[in-house]
Amino acid sequence: MSPVEETLRRSPLHEQHLAAGAKLIPFAGWEMPVQYAGIRAEHLAVRRDAGVFDVSHMGQVETRGPGAQALLQRLLSNDVRRVPEGGAQYSVLCREDGGVLDDLFTYRLADCHFLTVTNAANHERDLAWWERHAPEFDADVTDCRDDYAMLAVQGPRARTVLAALADGPLPPRMHCCQRTLAGVPMLVCGTGYTGEDGAELLVAPGRAAEVWDALLAAGVTPIGLGARDTLRLEVCYHLYGNDLSEHGGPIEAGLGWCCKEGTGFIGSDAVAAARAGGAARRLVAFTIEGPGIARQGNPVAGGGVVTSGTFSPCLEQGIGMAYVPAGHAEPGTELEIDVRGTARAAVVRAKPLYRKEP
Amino acid sequence: MAEASYPDDLLYHAEHDWARIDPATDEATFGITWYAQDLLGEVVFFDPPKVGAQVTKDSPYTEVESVKAVSDVIAPLSGEIVAVNDALADSPESINEDPYGEGWLVKIKLSDRSEQESLLDSAAYQATLS
Repeated sequence: MSPVEETLRRSPLHEQHLAAGAKLIPFAGWEMPVQYAGIRAEHLAVRRDAGVFDVSHMGQVETRGPGAQALLQRLLSNDVRRVPEGGAQYSVLCREDGGVLDDLFTYRLADCHFLTVTNAANHERDLAWWERHAPEFDADVTDCRDDYAMLAVQGPRARTVLAALADGPLPPRMHCCQRTLAGVPMLVCGTGYTGEDGAELLVAPGRAAEVWDALLAAGVTPIGLGARDTLRLEVCYHLYGNDLSEHGGPIEAGLGWCCKEGTGFIGSDAVAAARAGGAARRLVAFTIEGPGIARQGNPVAGGGVVTSGTFSPCLEQGIGMAYVPAGHAEPGTELEIDVRGTARAAVVRAKPLYRKEP
Repeated sequence: MAEASYPDDLLYHAEHDWARIDPATDEATFGITWYAQDLLGEVVFFDPPKVGAQVTKDSPYTEVESVKAVSDVIAPLSGEIVAVNDALADSPESINEDPYGEGWLVKIKLSDRSEQESLLDSAAYQATLS
């Protein structure tokens, strides 16, 4: 970290956060709400009703032109050809050695026009990676981070609330479309990071407050980054910087499903080799049996380390994810985690840790 | 409790801990302040230290854990633990809801009464928060 105090960027919803009683924290160079009423209450609001997250810290990169698909096919691990217009796709961005630079959603807005959402902390590096490889293709790359505020509306009631504000039908899951909601034009995406149904809204920063206010007026609960983390961990979604890094590949992280090595993406040879050889370590989900909460960095006896750990508001116990030797990765395997000097018993569980009741 | 409060009958440590001293018995009850529980958020786990353990003024003697983080708790005074609040195992949220009452953490047999002279009264502690 630089000894000079960095000036934090503020979301266009900063005043809304203060009005809603947010506690703000520095996050990836931004001053963002970690919680409002409390993490547990917010978490349960998303599982049972509907919540709205300000995720305006996330970045966007636009790729357009006749060679846009070919450029993205080179950069992204998934098969971009399979994304229809108005479709969405998850993938990882790899280095030549297979190390993961970011995990991202890409939306095909038109045949030769894509929008990719980046993690805030990785945005500059992603953009440089895009620009480094773009000259080989007939494609233009644009940094759109300042063009969008981003809201995620998630929960069993999210679609009902959004539909009542929208001028037309909402996109299904893994699709996107232009809509006007609460009088504000935006890109509506049927994606999220909670395991609940809902949408992510990309909107001009100057209009974001109107959308936020309309959602709160419809009874949607404001949700901070604290509950965003507990929600995503219950359903075992990766958090870059915790569960993914440039020092590990997608296979050991359990992301082989979004890697299509036949497309020849950067890093595909390394990923193919890892897939064929079997990764030496695997990212597993676990629950703590009994009291205690494992945290990122806690060692696992016999080799391994916790990459994410928290208290699950739905399961009401400690949960997390850890890299462990491949031989310890089967669900049911008992683990021992060193939680600040206390050995805590944990059990490897199938992912996701939380499933919605049918 | 929703509103900040710092009772006048307690002594405070700048690391956001309080002590309630019973002069008749030389025992003190410890807990964390309203400010500390608010900063921490909802407490979901408290693993009490052992009765009989020694605690040392200004040093951590236990941890309280919220959904998002674990925090050391600093001893405002030195002594031997004579009781722990076992009820917190089932209701750690008492630390948030009643930090000066049901949310007490441990009781200590004080080893050096003179140590309390370095603690803050309510007004002085609140001055450190602003």
